[in-house]
Amino acid sequence: MPELTSNPGTALTPEWFDQIRINTPAVERRAASLPARRSIKKDYQAAWVLNAVRCIDLTTLAGDDTEDRVARLCAKARQPIAPELLAAMGIEGLTTGAVCVYPTMVAAAKRALGNSGVPVASVATGFPAGLMPLDLRLAEIRYAVDQGADEIDIVITRAHVLQANWAALYDEIRAMREACGPAKMKAILATGDLKSLENVARASHVAMQAGADWIKTSTGKEGVNATLPVSLVMCRAIRDYRDRTGHRVGFKPAGGLKTAKDAIAWQVLMREELGRDWLDPRLFRIGASSLLGDLERQISHHVTGRYGAAHRLTMA
Amino acid sequence: MPTVSEIMETMDYGPSVEDAGAVRDWLTAHEKFGHFVDGGFTAPGRTFASRDPSTGELLAEVTQGSADDVAAAVKAARRAQPKWAGLPGHTRAQYLYAIARSIQKRERFLSVLESLDNGKPIRESRDADIPLVVRHFYHHAGWAEIMADEFTGHAPIGVAGQIIPWNFPLLMLAWKIAPAIAAGNTVVLKPAEYTSLSALAFAEICQEVGLPKGVVNIVTGDGETGAALVASDVDKIAFTGSTEVGRAIRAATAGTEKRLTLELGGKSPFIVMEDADLDAAVEGVVDSIWFNQGQVCCAGSRILVAEAVADRFEALLQRRMNTLRLGPPLDKSTDIGAIVDPVHKDRITGIIRQAVEAGADLIGGQAAETCYVAPGYLREVSPANPVWSKEIFGPIATLTSFRTADEAINLANNTRYGLAAQIWSESATVATDLAAQVKAGVVWINGANMFDAAAPFGGMRESGFGREGGRVGMLDYLSGPKIRPVKEPTPATLQAAPDGAAHGGGIDRTEKLYIGGAQKRPDGGASYRAASGDLVPLGNRKDIRNAVEAAKKAGKWAAMGGHGRAQVLYFIAENLSQRRDDLAKKHGAKAVDAAIARFFHYAAWADKFDGLNVQTRPGHLVNVIPEPFGVIGIACPNDAPLLGLVSLIAPAIAMGNAVVAIPAEGDPVAAFDLAQVFDTSDLPGGVVNIVSGPKLELAQVLAGHDDVAAMWFCGTAGAEAVKLASTGNLKPVWAFANRDWTKPDAQGRGFLNHAVQWKTVWLPYGALPAGTGSVAY
Repeated sequence: MPELTSNPGTALTPEWFDQIRINTPAVERRAASLPARRSIKKDYQAAWVLNAVRCIDLTTLAGDDTEDRVARLCAKARQPIAPELLAAMGIEGLTTGAVCVYPTMVAAAKRALGNSGVPVASVATGFPAGLMPLDLRLAEIRYAVDQGADEIDIVITRAHVLQANWAALYDEIRAMREACGPAKMKAILATGDLKSLENVARASHVAMQAGADWIKTSTGKEGVNATLPVSLVMCRAIRDYRDRTGHRVGFKPAGGLKTAKDAIAWQVLMREELGRDWLDPRLFRIGASSLLGDLERQISHHVTGRYGAAHRLTMA
Repeated sequence: MPTVSEIMETMDYGPSVEDAGAVRDWLTAHEKFGHFVDGGFTAPGRTFASRDPSTGELLAEVTQGSADDVAAAVKAARRAQPKWAGLPGHTRAQYLYAIARSIQKRERFLSVLESLDNGKPIRESRDADIPLVVRHFYHHAGWAEIMADEFTGHAPIGVAGQIIPWNFPLLMLAWKIAPAIAAGNTVVLKPAEYTSLSALAFAEICQEVGLPKGVVNIVTGDGETGAALVASDVDKIAFTGSTEVGRAIRAATAGTEKRLTLELGGKSPFIVMEDADLDAAVEGVVDSIWFNQGQVCCAGSRILVAEAVADRFEALLQRRMNTLRLGPPLDKSTDIGAIVDPVHKDRITGIIRQAVEAGADLIGGQAAETCYVAPGYLREVSPANPVWSKEIFGPIATLTSFRTADEAINLANNTRYGLAAQIWSESATVATDLAAQVKAGVVWINGANMFDAAAPFGGMRESGFGREGGRVGMLDYLSGPKIRPVKEPTPATLQAAPDGAAHGGGIDRTEKLYIGGAQKRPDGGASYRAASGDLVPLGNRKDIRNAVEAAKKAGKWAAMGGHGRAQVLYFIAENLSQRRDDLAKKHGAKAVDAAIARFFHYAAWADKFDGLNVQTRPGHLVNVIPEPFGVIGIACPNDAPLLGLVSLIAPAIAMGNAVVAIPAEGDPVAAFDLAQVFDTSDLPGGVVNIVSGPKLELAQVLAGHDDVAAMWFCGTAGAEAVKLASTGNLKPVWAFANRDWTKPDAQGRGFLNHAVQWKTVWLPYGALPAGTGSVAY
């Protein structure tokens, strides 16, 4: 994959998205047929499952998070699959894509991850609703970056989308982008709140124009989180943005992927709609916590031929 | 074999081949197949090879059916039919239900067999063909169950001969057999010679569920076997295949009373409006011409795209085309499998070559070894390029741009076919308007190749006639209430007389033809003496030509709507009644009163012969709409000069058709009297045209006229010649016996059914994606 440069964004350019037309039943059909069109078996399946592991943003975003809990999660991120299973397949140095926590847990995560090279992502901007004064949201980003966060997952103001106030949305995300400084930025669109696929597409374009490095479906807290149809629409927006600017923006589905089957389906989507580059953790992340358990069970089965039990695998 | 870490670099899919073990065991156990006749398999006779087109490997030997084999099968079907029809609908329903269940239990086996034999990707046979087969038998089990209530007065036709193509072997079998046996017919079915195997596996299922012997018979073989079946003692032929063979079957059955339905070729337009979801439309192309290697009669093979979005559409299309995987049919990641046979592959590449020579630009579409042709399309195709109208039946679309909606429709309809159409627009206003205007039996709005047993499927124009699926499809396997034929008087030999020779007392009256709402002298300038003694115009082929031209121009009649047409029909009745006493003297009071009542009858029907909204899948609004043919030619009986004519033209025009009628040959004066009534009744000129003269000669001209979309012929003598003349544009010919036109069975649905062609319009809906509050998912 060629060197990935950060997305500098563009000026707000509504003509790239205001004529967009999306036929929901057609998107549903394509999303339904995608996983049925590709089948991945045996060693290939193992490779795709392991690739999903290296794209996971292993996440804990709960009110009862503690530093010790975060440390445990980080330990799992450094060694997501049992070493003997990896050894059996000749794989070394596999980690998850990142660890994703609240800002106050960034320091603990950095400590726990040490020199592993696993980045720390922090949600910010009044996650999950984002309805805080803008200066406080920007201050929260700066705080997380100061604490050492490598990536910031921001949430957008859904009202700007629902009211088609693209300038306000753009300005807000631009300001967030600047507040991120050297950290990469993921823009969470909260697609379950935006509902219509045209809203999703337009918000995707604005976020990319404002400089997002990834666009992300959900906080995990909406009624509906990542779905294949919504992801398809966002991927097509990424494709169009690349065609126009040459910049590759990443994609992060979050909150809807629970099983290895889901992980394969989403990767097929990336490969088919965007290409091989988008199966790299630099351009594809999966926001998940329980997914890893199922991926590891599949790997265990692949290596041993027996179906695995969760209690025999390391919990996060 | 790459290691896991190497695969993690390439992220290739790798092979994922469906296990064919069970199918191969089955083939090995059989090796050579006979026919399935009278509940058992015959000994294999002279056989031919059935091969896997992707490798050329021999799968099995299949028997070439002879005329004797066909006769034996028809005899078995004939013997079984009365008892089968006599079973309670509930019992027949149980058999169809058992067939559906048995197929469902063997979905994997049948999918693999179908892909091996045909070359289609396993994903398609598994996710499209076989589930639709199952659905078809379930749906028609339901029709068997409720037939007695829902089709009162109807009876099965008898024995149906059915000939199916190789593109969807088992699905086409289901489309043919399920409605036929649900209705109480028995069948002899001939599968295509490239793909006989799933039909033979189906025969085993019939045995297993204990279907009574002779209800389903399967005779394998090539076109000769098919011809033998067409010639055999069956009551109906149902054919799906090429227009060329359809034409031959029309000719071969012309001299018989065999019912006929034809589902033929197409060159279906795929219209992309500027407000379309272009990604959706591109996926539509994938689901159309890049589905089943493009070997789909209803594929959207003529892409018409608005100039405003043509560049972007093409860019997206090419990108998507490049992600399609050409590969072994049994690999579950294959999008494009093998073409059915090397012969067909050569045909495809030959047509592509011609198209390129005629100025088209081929993108993709390269032929590869064995039976593979990569997906592609031809740019810069104008209607002058032969490929505009030639069905490729391969994974190659044509692409042409248009400027405005009216041009899109003109281009779409610039074809002799009329099977399907795809329309892509996010405006309901635009899409439904185009759907109404396009000449096609099936219209998909924002979708492609959607099928369901409840949704009638079939064509207009040279794509054939008859429908498969749903209530409308059942009618093609049923006979309406029996009528009692009445012999027509033989007209006196026509003698041309000098025009205008007066007769009788009073002011001279010269009868003229009625064309385009005006009285016209016959082209030949001659008259003949009618039974009434009047001199009447002697029409010829040029008068027919003029009349058809006038009828074509009466286009606004259909657009007036049912209520508008009813008002005119009532007004005709009112004016007839004003002139009742006058006309009664000439034509009899009984006939005049009956004619008045008949106009009332069809005025009543004009806004009540409704379409259907059918139950297919959730989230799909599917409307089945009766549409007028356009111009219908009507040859009236040489009997009941007033009432016979009224009984035939009234239902035709009530449904929005224009007609060219040949009135009672020996006594056409009533027709011209009626024309005077039309003139005072706001009937637009050209809706009814009357050309008197030699019935059979004129009827043949009408039947041969490419602008006449349907032909009604009353009478027995001459029906063969009229059917033969109809092969030019393959118009449906309804030939029926003269009857007592004063009886109640001389009117009603039985006539209206022949005055319309059904258009099935699919409209998938759903504002929001699944899970966010839409009811569609």
